Formats: sequence, C-alpha cells, structure tokens
Amino acid sequence: MTQLTLTVNGEERSLELPPSRYLAEVLRYDLGLTGTKIGCDEAECGCCTVIVDGRSVDSCIYPAFKAQGAQVLTIEGLAQTRPDARNGSYCTGELHPLQDAFIRHGATQCGFCTPGFIMQAKTLLDENPDPSDVEIKECLKDTYCRCTGYTAIISSVKAAGEYLRTGTMPDAVLPPVMKPLTQIGQPLQRPDAVDKVTGAARYTDDYTFDGMLFGATLRSEHPHARIRGIDAGAARALNGVHAVLTHADVPGDPRHGLVENDWPVFAGGPYPARYVGDAIALAVAETAEIAQQALALVRVDYEALPAVTDPRDALQPDAPQLHPDRPNGNLLKHIKVRHGDVEEGFAAADVIVERTYRTPMTEHAFLEPECALAVPAGYNGTRPSSGREPGPSDRDGGKLTVYVGSQIPYSDRRQVAKSLGLDDEEVRVIGTLMGGGFGGKEDIAGQIHAALAAQVTGRPVKILYSRQESLIFHPKRHSTIIRIKTGARRDGALIALEAELYGDSGAYASLGEKVMTRATTHATGPYVIPHARIDCYAMYTNNAPSGAFRGFGVTQSAFAVESNLDILAAELGMNPAELRRKNVMRVGVETATGQELIESVGLLECLDVVEEEIKRSEAAAPGASPSDPWAPVRIGSRRCAWGIAAGYKNTGLGGGAPDKAEAEVEVFPDGTAAIRTSSAEMGQNLVGVLAACTAQELGLPFDKVHVTLMDTDLTPDGGPSTASRQTYVSGNAARLAARAMRQQMQNVLAEKFDTHPEVIAFHEGLAYVDERRLAQIPGAQKHGAQIHGAELPVEGAGGILPGSTRSVSFADAVNALLAENRLPRIRYEYWAPQTQPLGTGGDMHFAFSYAVHAAFVSVDTETGEVAVERVISAHDVGRAINPLSLLGQIEGGIVMGIGNALTENYIVEDGIPWTERLGQYKMPGIKMTPQMDSHIVEHPTADGPYGAKGVGEISSIPISPAITNAICNAVGIRCLALPVDQDALLLAMRDGKKEIDGHWGQTGQWLAAST
Amino acid sequence: MSRWQAYHTPATVSEALSLLHQHKEKARIIAGGTDLILDMEAEYTAAPEILVDVTRIGGIDRIAQEDGWIVLGAGTTHTQIESSPLLRAQARCLTESCGVIGGPQVRNVATLGGNVAHALPAADGTIGLLALEAEVEVAAHSARGALHSWQPLLSIFAGPGRNRLDPDQMLHAFRFRPTGARAGNAFDRIMRPQGVALPVLGIAARVRLDATLRRVEDAVIAIGPAGPTPFRATRAEEVLTTAGTFDDDAVQHAIAAAQTQASLRTSKYRSSQEYRREMIGVLLKRVLHTAVERARMNDAPPEPEDA
Ligand SMILES: Cc1cc2nc3c(=O)[nH]c(=O)nc-3n(C[C@H](O)[C@H](O)[C@H](O)COP(=O)(O)OP(=O)(O)OC[C@H]3O[C@@H](n4cnc5c(N)ncnc54)[C@H](O)[C@@H]3O)c2cc1C
Repeated sequence: MTQLTLTVNGEERSLELPPSRYLAEVLRYDLGLTGTKIGCDEAECGCCTVIVDGRSVDSCIYPAFKAQGAQVLTIEGLAQTRPDARNGSYCTGELHPLQDAFIRHGATQCGFCTPGFIMQAKTLLDENPDPSDVEIKECLKDTYCRCTGYTAIISSVKAAGEYLRTGTMPDAVLPPVMKPLTQIGQPLQRPDAVDKVTGAARYTDDYTFDGMLFGATLRSEHPHARIRGIDAGAARALNGVHAVLTHADVPGDPRHGLVENDWPVFAGGPYPARYVGDAIALAVAETAEIAQQALALVRVDYEALPAVTDPRDALQPDAPQLHPDRPNGNLLKHIKVRHGDVEEGFAAADVIVERTYRTPMTEHAFLEPECALAVPAGYNGTRPSSGREPGPSDRDGGKLTVYVGSQIPYSDRRQVAKSLGLDDEEVRVIGTLMGGGFGGKEDIAGQIHAALAAQVTGRPVKILYSRQESLIFHPKRHSTIIRIKTGARRDGALIALEAELYGDSGAYASLGEKVMTRATTHATGPYVIPHARIDCYAMYTNNAPSGAFRGFGVTQSAFAVESNLDILAAELGMNPAELRRKNVMRVGVETATGQELIESVGLLECLDVVEEEIKRSEAAAPGASPSDPWAPVRIGSRRCAWGIAAGYKNTGLGGGAPDKAEAEVEVFPDGTAAIRTSSAEMGQNLVGVLAACTAQELGLPFDKVHVTLMDTDLTPDGGPSTASRQTYVSGNAARLAARAMRQQMQNVLAEKFDTHPEVIAFHEGLAYVDERRLAQIPGAQKHGAQIHGAELPVEGAGGILPGSTRSVSFADAVNALLAENRLPRIRYEYWAPQTQPLGTGGDMHFAFSYAVHAAFVSVDTETGEVAVERVISAHDVGRAINPLSLLGQIEGGIVMGIGNALTENYIVEDGIPWTERLGQYKMPGIKMTPQMDSHIVEHPTADGPYGAKGVGEISSIPISPAITNAICNAVGIRCLALPVDQDALLLAMRDGKKEIDGHWGQTGQWLAAST
Repeated sequence: MSRWQAYHTPATVSEALSLLHQHKEKARIIAGGTDLILDMEAEYTAAPEILVDVTRIGGIDRIAQEDGWIVLGAGTTHTQIESSPLLRAQARCLTESCGVIGGPQVRNVATLGGNVAHALPAADGTIGLLALEAEVEVAAHSARGALHSWQPLLSIFAGPGRNRLDPDQMLHAFRFRPTGARAGNAFDRIMRPQGVALPVLGIAARVRLDATLRRVEDAVIAIGPAGPTPFRATRAEEVLTTAGTFDDDAVQHAIAAAQTQASLRTSKYRSSQEYRREMIGVLLKRVLHTAVERARMNDAPPEPEDA
C-alpha cells in the first residue's frame, strides 16, 4: 500500500492504495465517482476520459500514481465549474453548457459514453469556443459512441460553444413532422438525460453492496472439447477465494436459452465446450484480482474434439455434431418461403442476375461490457436505491435479486430461477441502466452465474466482464452466405426470385432461428415479386453463437437483395431508382409470405423524398450532372457517386408469436402519475416515449409522469426489447393503461360535475368540463351518449372558458377517485394484432417500417480508400412520437450501417477468435460520420400508438448496400462481400476486375478477385 | 493479468538508472504507458514487478534549440510535439507523424521516447524522426553516475518490438538539425479502416534543394513497415540526389528504387504485400511533392519562434 494524494474536483483526497491501481479504478471504486466509465481497458473507446492537470487522459490505462499531486477533473465536478457567461464568475450546481447542450441536442442516448465525450469536448472548448466541424472531429476522433451516429454530438459541441460565446444556446435542428399533440410529436428531453450528463446515471457496475464478492469466469480455450475433468483444488485453497463453481454445482436446469434450452450454464460433465468462450467455471473471491488469480489455478482436462466452423460444412452428413441430442443434427432450422412458381417466373424473365454474397460476423460493441450483480435471499446489508420511484428497491428485501442491464428482464428471471431450481417468484430481476444493447443483451450473460454464486456464498456477487471477455463471449450478428437469383422482364418488372441462405448460428441457438427466419422472409426486399423460392439453413457451428443484432437478419439479406437489384438495373439499362419505383411495395400488394399490405406503406414516398433531395443537392453541386446522379464525378484522385437502396423491417415478434406488453399506471394525490413496465431502456428513449404516451392521455405535464422500467417485482411484463417493438407494444400498453385511468377519472368527475364523462378534458395538470365540446352535443343524454371523437385523447385545445368553475386540479381529480374508493392503479395488458406463422399464408407481421437510403461515396483511385460523404434518408415510421430521439435512432442506425459496410468484421479463424480486443474491431468513429439529411415520412398504422411503428432497426438496413452500390457507380466494381476492403478494391481497380469476392476473416486468406 | 507491485517516479536520470540497475529484469521503464500497459493487459509482455516512470525526470520533456541542434527530451508527448511552433517550422514531418498517433487522450500522455523504444518498424513518430536523421541520447547506468552518449537513431533497433538497450539504460533525448534554407519535409500514411491501429504504410521525407530550387541536393526517406526495423530508402534517396532535376521522372525512379529495396510483407488483416508496394508509389509521390513545395517556400526561412 502506498499513499496517493490528489485533488479530485477541487477536493484533496488521500488514499492508501496498492501501487498497481489505474486512475479509473481509483475514481470509480475507491472514491465512488462512478460517472467515469470503463469501456475497453485499452485506451480505445474514450469512455474513461478525465482531465488531469488540464489535459485529457484515458484513465483506464493511466497508472493512478502518475496522478500523484495532480488536479483531476471528472464529470461529477463539471456542473459546479460553470462560468457565468454574463459576469465571468463561477456559479455552482448548474449544468456546464456542454451538459446542457448534450441534453437539448439529443447527444446522450444510452449515456455510457457521455461523460467521456463531455470531458474530451471540454478540453476543446476551453481552448477554442468556436471550433469547426473538422476541429471537433479531430478532438473526438478516439472517443466512441455507438448510439447517436455522432451528428448530435457535433451539434451539441457547437451549441455549447455558441453559448459560451454569446450566452444563447441554439436548439437542435429537427426534420419536419406532422402536427404534434401536446406530448406526441414533440422533441421532449429524455427523462434520464440530466443523470446521464452529470455522471449520476448508474449502470450495473456502478452499484456496490456491503460484503460484495467478485466473480470471474473460466472460458474454454477450444472450439470443441469434451471436458474430462476439472481440478479446482488449488484455486479453492487460494486465500480470499470463496467458491469455485462448475457444472456440478448447478442445482436446477443445467441449461438455459431464449428459445432452445441448449446452452449449458457451465460446460463440463455431459456438455462439451462448444466454442472458445464457453463458460467452464466461476471463481468467486474477495476481489476481482484474486478471482482472476484463482482461475489461473484451475486445471481443465480437455479432450479436443473435431470442430466445424463453416455453416456449409456443418450440413454435411459426416460433420462433427454439436448437439447429438437434436433430431436434425447441426441443422438448427431449414426455413422456407414458397410463393408462386419460380420456374415459370424465370422462364418468363428477360434478364436474370445471380450472385453469391457474404457478410461477416459482426459485434454489437455496446460500450458497456456486460455486468451482473446478485444479492442473496435474506441479505440484510444496506441496498443502494435503484433511484426510480422512492424506496421501491427496499421492498421485498428477502428475495434473491439480480441487478443487470438486460433487454429482457422477465426472461432473465425465468432462466435464473430454472437453473437455480427456484420458482420464478423467488427471484427478482432489477434492470439497471444499460450502456447499449443492440440485441447483444438478450441472452444470459452472467445472470445465472452471479445468482448461483450469491446463493452459494450468501454474499452479494458481482461479475463484470472485461471488454475482451465480452467480445469473445456474447452472441454476434450471423455471418451469412447468400446466393440470390433475381429475374425481371425487359420493362423492369421483377418476376422471380430464388435465394439460398446459410446462416452461421454458432454453438447455441440463441435467437438464431428467428433471426434467420427474418432474413429469409425479407429476402425479396420490399418489392412485389410474384414467384419466389427461398431456402435458408440456420446452422450450428463451433463459432461464437450468433443471435439478435439490430436488423435481425434483414441487414444481411438486404445487402444481397439490393446489390442484385443494382446489377439488374445495369443489365436492363435502367436507372436504379426507377427500377425500385416500379417494384416497391404499396398498399394492396402481397408479400412473398402471402400477407396483403392493407395500410401504412410509405415506401414510395420515401423514394420520392430521397430522389428529390438528391436532385436538389446535385443541382447545387458544381461539376455534377444533375441528369444522372448515379454517374461518377471526379474530384482529384477520388471518384464519387450516389448509390441507393431500399429496405423494410417488421415491427414486433410476428410469425404467430403472441406479442403483448403489460403496463401499470398509477396516479397520486400530489398530481403526478407513474407508469410501469418491465420493458428495457437501452438508450433508445423508451422511457421518454412511455412518459409522453402517459402524459398525453392523462393531460399531465411530461415531467409529472414518472417511468419505472425493468423490475420484475415492480413492473409488469413488457416483453423483450427486440424486433423494433417497444414503442408500438409497450407504448400502446402505456397509452391504453393511461386511457383506462383517464376514463375512470372522467366517470368520477362526470358524477361530480353532473355531465358526460366524454367532455371531461385533461390538460396541463387540470381536469375540467370542456364546455365547447359539451355545446357540440345536441341534446345529448347525460349518460351513455356516444360522442364522436371520444376515442381520441381529449386535447385541451378549447381551454377553460372564462368564468368556468367546473375544473379541478389533477391532484384533486385523484383525490376524488380515492374518495370513491377506486384504485388509483390500473394494469393494462396490450395484445398486438394476431400474426400467423410462416408458411400459412396469413399475416406474418402487424406492421412494417420502410426506408430508402442514398449514400454519396468517394473512392480514392490511388489508395482504394472509401468514404461516405453524405447520406440522404427517408424513413416511414408511422408517426414520430419524439422527433429528437427518432432522429437519434436514424442517425445512429445509419452510422452503424456504415460500419457494417466499411469497417466491422469479427474475425474467427477455425473457431479461434482473432478479434480479441476492441482495437481490433473498428466501429465507426466520429470522423466517419457523413453529412446526413434525414427525412421522416409518416404513414400511420391503425393499431400503433398514435400511428407509430418501429424504427430501431430499419435505420441500419439499407445503408450498407447503398454504399456498395455507390462504390460500383463510382468505380465500376461490385463488392460481393462485406466489409468493403480497400486493399482488394485498389488491386481490382488496377487489374481491371469487376467484382470482389471474399475478404479477410471468412476465408482466412487473401482476397480472390474475379472478372 | 497480474500487475506490478511498485511504482517509482524518480526525479533524475541517475535515480531512474539506479532503480533499473538495482532491479534489472524485474523493472521496466514506463513513460505514457500507452504501449506498455496495453501489451501487459494483452499479456504480450510479462508484467514487471517494478515500474519506473521516467516522465517526472527534470527536463525529460523539453523542446529546445541547443548548439545548432533541436533537442527533444525522450519524455516529450506527442501533444507537445504537434503544438510546438518550433517543430512546426523545423520538423513538419515530425509534427505530422506524431499528430496522427491515437487521439488527443493518447497523445497527451504518449511520448516520443516510448514510440521509439517500443521499436515497431511502422511507429509513426519514429518514421518522422528517422527522416530528420535524428540522433538519440542513451543514458546508461555506471558506478560513477549516468553515462550519456549520442548514437544514430537506427542503431538502437534490434527487430520488431525489440531495441538494443540494456535493462539499465534509457533513452534520454533526441536531436536533429533544423530544417535550414531550401529544405522541407513531410509525412503521410495510409490506414486501414478495419483491424489494427498501426498504419498500413507511413513515409516521411526530407529534401534540400539546390540554389535553383530545381535539383534535390540532399534527401532522406523513411518508410515503415518495410523491414524488421524502421527503414531508410537509401537507394531512392540516391536516385533523387543524382537526378538532374526534381521531376515526375525522378519521382518514378525513386519509387521504383524504394519498392525494390524495401522488404514488404503481407501482414494478416492489415495489408497485402501487393498493396503496400502500391502505397509506396502513392505516398512517396505525395510526400516528396509536399516536401519539395515546402523547401521552395523555405527559400529564406524566417527565424523560428521559440518552442
Ligand atoms: C489507441 C491508441 C492508438 C495508437 N495509435 C498509434 C499510431 O497511430 N501510431 C503509432 O506509432 N503508435 C500508436 N499508438 C502507440 C503508442 O501510443 C505510441 O507508440 C507511444 O508513442 C508510446 O509512448 P509511451 O510513452 O506511451 O510509451 P510506453 O508505453 O510508456 O513505453 C513503450 C516502451 O518503451 C519503453 N520506454 C518508454 N520510454 C522509454 C525511455 N525513455 N527509454 C527507454 N525505454 C523507454 C517502455 O519500457 C516500453 O517498453 C497508439 C496507442 C493507442 C493506445
């Protein structure tokens, strides 16, 4: 132990510490300043940025003793040091302009990267309050955000600078949307924003409990191995070790899984290790370091088994079998779409294009690595408040409780209880804030291990994954091989499509079957094709499992579909937008799965909007030929062109799966309301959507609605945050729960005012008789009258007539309810419209969102470097509930799609992950953010809340093929595999090749180029 | 990973060398730690028991003009380098190469000494320094106190990731001559958007023109990675200095000479050998043109400002 003295946020601190601490650890774990986050432990992501003696540093690898005697500023210290713009003095407690701007411009979503961004941006504004875009990008180039797509961050930094210079803060610029209601269609600030910009927001690793132990997981080194024995004797004997758990210690179901129960809690015994990263043992110790040391002492006797790592090999009869107990061997699922008669279709086609495309495994790279913390039943230490409704986390202290950032709290509870041999009700899952999910936090990570360890040791146990562990462990986006054959008539009418997809689902099913089903059913693209035959093979292999990832299989098939379409357009001599226009889905058409689209198909309008915007910008750009935006333009050594692609994505689970969400509303005599559902907030601002729906229905100010999410004891089941479903499903549950409450209050007040319930309006915290509405009811009876429009939320547009005495505050309205002995609490179970399984010909989905993306891309003909300069997009989202967070979903999705096209590749060689660190997995940084023009198209869907449907995934789908189409327009080379490889692109240009196939990481060897 | 057990911050060179001498293989120098800590965390390097932080040694981060040399302490950070007016005027290839390393958070702590001592053939700062024909001052422990000696930069590299320093030696400073009249230098590199943070290829060049501003009198070209250690394209330098005038032809010949002399490899997931060969052409052309342009502007160099 050595003494460290430093000044943190103006306060001198002296600590006795081991000399090996990093500054981030000291701040977070020794000083409790958990606003500083750790995202990677390799100075790659910038989440841990703090300012030491005026200079920003990555505190995750900064030895704490470097800061001996230093002045350290963290996010927690920022709000107090705001200079007062008017008189130059410092006033305390207020937000720093950057914090304020991040809120107002929607630059904080999941919030995990926010403290790092704000600290890093501060160093820029301190020197230069008027930075250019280039200077901002240079400053933030190694600070990563996975949610926003960076545009909101750039505009926040500019806005804060402007505030520092002028004292006024400009508002965010938002795309136009239809006429808003009081709360709906408004760019309301997210309820958790202040916590997120001040460092007060708490993620799982930010919680600590008295007596807490730490778990570390031993993972298989082999892609496939029988485990003959585990010797943990030495590890158990190590001082400070409380337990080393293996398969023999699992009291309940030894396996878990979201759909298939195929994933062992621990490999061992009857279950071989099936991928590098499979858990074998868990060491539980006084400190994380001791737990790691214990792992090093565990001896595992492996018997290596042959591994299969290519999904096509996995289908061969002699392939090593992963799950011998499964009837179909390595075939997880053969998924089929049959529509019309393809032979007939191709016979009638004038042009046929057939290619094989490949997409790699990709990684969610949410910035918060997984963490699970379990508190044993009967724990009587103090519990930190989970910080939502006052005191609720203290209730029911007797239960085994798991704190975790999870996309599906109830499914966690079910899986934890089952493996521990408990009833569901004996387990409580409390969802903490989540630093991003994107589909990667749906499966079990450390939840069962932590719960088991807490039960065995009787102490709280935290399991925090390192970034490296997170990378190798969790399910990825499926790598795919997609052969697709598209036939069209001379006039461009699509007539037949045949596709064969192989999806690498890896060692365990996870959501593989569902994901690949979506890839299959969306493999026609958003087009009318009378004849289609699509076969998909979702395969088990000894690679890391693949599961849900934003886009859910559609990202992959859209790349193939949209690429083929551009090849077809070229062969037909047609403009690629025109070819799409001719075939896009419209109201009244039928999908290849037999669903008639009866409403809310805004795709054509998306196409129109994007085309017009391209024309406008081409007209403004010098040197471009406005007649043909698809033709290349030469700028120095670069060639630039536009590329276009369209896409669609279902909202909701679909395929016959019952899709419901429950929400509970409660009103309080202090004039506030609470809305509760277990649905997961992972950055997308579901919390704001639910608050808006509730406030709208109850006529309350937005900030009077308290949202409680993700707690299996306090909130009813909202189902998974997946499939772009929560705004629709949980939004509806909240809306209808609040409406039911309003109707109950209307009834009570109608008695009081002796009038019709329907004319009791709720607005801005008041309930009153809407005299104008009353006057419109000719001779209406007091009770039972059906008033047109009563289904709509009663907007207080009429206001209170002067002199009207017939009004009460919302608080008194609640009191009136209570006086009538009515429950101030209503739980609503919302069932989304029924869907039908694939193959039945019925409606597979209750809604689809649509989008068109156009990318202006430059290719450097000397180096092969590719850059996306501009993106124009239009999304049909039904209805924009909150345009600010909607824009965040769109821009973030687009930049994620840019990564999918150009940078991201999770590389595994023969089952051994090569991508072990974040530095080896490049997600797009701020310098890759293009100029984005995002248009919102609103074709409301009848059953959606106020007409809304999902947007979470569609925004990242068409962009990848739009980019590769643009590359082809620019330099005439078709990329058949992602990510685009500048090396191969350059050599193909040099050698006059027309197509690039394969890439590092899937073939493990250098690229093959073909003519 | 197990971590170190002691962290020392000596204030003088001899104190640092004594610690290193005392603990030998058990000790390790740390500067910014941006290479060392990452290597330790990834278990490429066994964790030493003792870290000797050299960044608090007096004068270790100085940027100065002394006896006709520009001198940089080994602990100078990339941020200091890129923002130094003296270096911007006199060593653009160095400010450019150090300016692209990592992001600001890394450059605020990462040092030139660490970049050089880490001994990667493609380390950007090293490539910039090499084009300046820099010398390195090695300080060695001895019973009578620290022994200092200046050596050519290239002499300290042993192989990829390996330098020739003994455990009780350290880099103390670098020095090189100011740019001078009719001289200019430049750096550029090519990155790959996927995978490794190291460049596919980086080139720094320095030229001095004759009085007509048309002929190259002196040229230095540094390329990385083009061999196991940072590489000087001496044949290409020769082509340039023997050419009658600096023109496209001379550049093409220099490129061909560099491509022949360099030993290029395919490094997995980073670059093919073929691509690197092509990039020598692209980068050398770009860098030479910029350097010559700067040399022409530098006909009568203004008095440099202070660092
Ligand atoms: C995110 C990120 C991006 C990066 N990008 C780049 C890049 O683009 N280009 C690039 O070239 N590098 C890059 N680096 C690598 C690194 O930042 C540089 O090499 C840096 O200059 C190393 O300096 P340091 O002070 O951090 O060295 P340290 O890590 O402290 O030391 C590195 C090695 O040098 C030794 N050493 C340090 N100082 C001395 C001395 N005075 N005498 C003798 N031995 C010494 C140490 O013992 C150790 O072996 C990047 C690193 C990160 C984390």
